[in-house]
Amino acid sequence: MGPLISNGIISQNTNFFIAFLIGIAFGFILESSGFSSSRKLAGVFYGYDTVVLKVFFTAALTGMLGLLFLSLFNWIDLDLVYINPTYLYSTIVGGIIMGAGFIMGGYCPGTSFCAASIGKIDGMFFIGGMFLGIFIFAEGYPLWEGFYKAKFMGIPTLSQALGLKDGIVVLGMIIVAMGMFWVGEWAEAKFPREEY
Amino acid sequence: MKKSKNPTSKTRYINPYLGGVLLGLVLIAANFISGRGLGASGAAKSTIVAAVETVAPQHVENTTYFKEYTDSHPKGAMKSWLVFQMMGVIVGAFLSGAVFNRLKLKVEHSPKITSRRRIIFAVMGGILFGFGSQLGRGCTSGSALSGMTVLSLGGFISMAAIFGTAFALAYFLRKNWI
Repeated sequence: MGPLISNGIISQNTNFFIAFLIGIAFGFILESSGFSSSRKLAGVFYGYDTVVLKVFFTAALTGMLGLLFLSLFNWIDLDLVYINPTYLYSTIVGGIIMGAGFIMGGYCPGTSFCAASIGKIDGMFFIGGMFLGIFIFAEGYPLWEGFYKAKFMGIPTLSQALGLKDGIVVLGMIIVAMGMFWVGEWAEAKFPREEY
Repeated sequence: MKKSKNPTSKTRYINPYLGGVLLGLVLIAANFISGRGLGASGAAKSTIVAAVETVAPQHVENTTYFKEYTDSHPKGAMKSWLVFQMMGVIVGAFLSGAVFNRLKLKVEHSPKITSRRRIIFAVMGGILFGFGSQLGRGCTSGSALSGMTVLSLGGFISMAAIFGTAFALAYFLRKNWI
C-alpha cells in the first residue's frame, strides 16, 4: 500500500501538494514547541531548556515505532522508503561543522525559517548565511569532491550495522531516550531560567 | 513558574512531548505518503541553484555541483518535494506565531550581548550550517531526524556529530546564551 507515491496511488503533482500540507504541519509544530526561539534551542546545550532533546527524540521514537508497526501490518514497504546513504567521513565532518554552526547561530535550517516567518531578524540573517554557505560549497566543490564521496558504505540501517532486528534497535532507542528525558528534566530543575 | 509582569507578552508553548508525538506522526505521514522524510537544507539548495540559474545560467553549466542538481531535476530546480514542504513550513510557523501571539519583528538575544553581536554570530552560524549541510547531505531535519526515523546509520552518525560538537563548543560560547 504505502508509500503511496512509489506505488502509483497518487500523482507527482498531488505529492507536491501534500508536501505543502505536511510542511504546514511541520512548521506549526516546530513553532508551537518553541523552535522559533534560538535561546530555547541553545538551552539544551546548557541544560536550562531541553525542549530540543524532548521534541527531537519523542518525534524520532514515534516515527520509528509508527513505521515499524505499519511495516509489520504490511501497510508500507520500507524497501521503497528513502534511506539516506552513508558516506562516513563527510557525514561526520559535515555534522561537526553543522554542530559548530548550531551553537554559534542558535538555529538549524528548518528552525531558522520558522524564526524568520514570525519576525525574528536573527533568523533571517542566519538564512542569509546559510545561502552563502551552500554557495561556497558549490563553488569550491572540486576542492572537496573527493572527500565528499569518500568511504561510501551503501545505505545501511543501524540494525544492519549492529546485526540486530529493527525492533530490538527501536527498543534500545526507547530506553536510551527515557534516560535522556530523565537527564533533561533533572537539568531543567537544576539550571532554571525564566521563559522569554 | 513565575508570573510574567505583562501577561499579554508571555510566550506559551505546547508540551514538548506532545509536540514530539505530533512531529513523529508528521514523519510517519511523509514516509507513508511520499516515501521520504522531512527536510530543510535541501530547499535552500534548490533556491540557490534556481537563483544562479536565473542570474548566470552559463555558470550552472560550468559548476559540477549545480550541474549535477539540475540534471537530476529536469523540470526545474524549484520543482522539488522539499521546496513545497518548506513553503508549507513558512506558512505553518506563521500560523502558529499568529495563534500564540508571537508575531513580532525583533532580534532575539541574551541581555548580556548586543543585537549586533547576535547578528554576526547568526550569519557565521548560518554559513557553517549551510556548508556542513551540503557536506553531510542534509541537516538536522533531513539527515538526523528523518534518517533516525528510518533507522539509517548515517542519520545516527549525523545526530551524534551535530549535537556532540555543539555540546563540546557550548562552554566557549556561553556568553552568547547564558
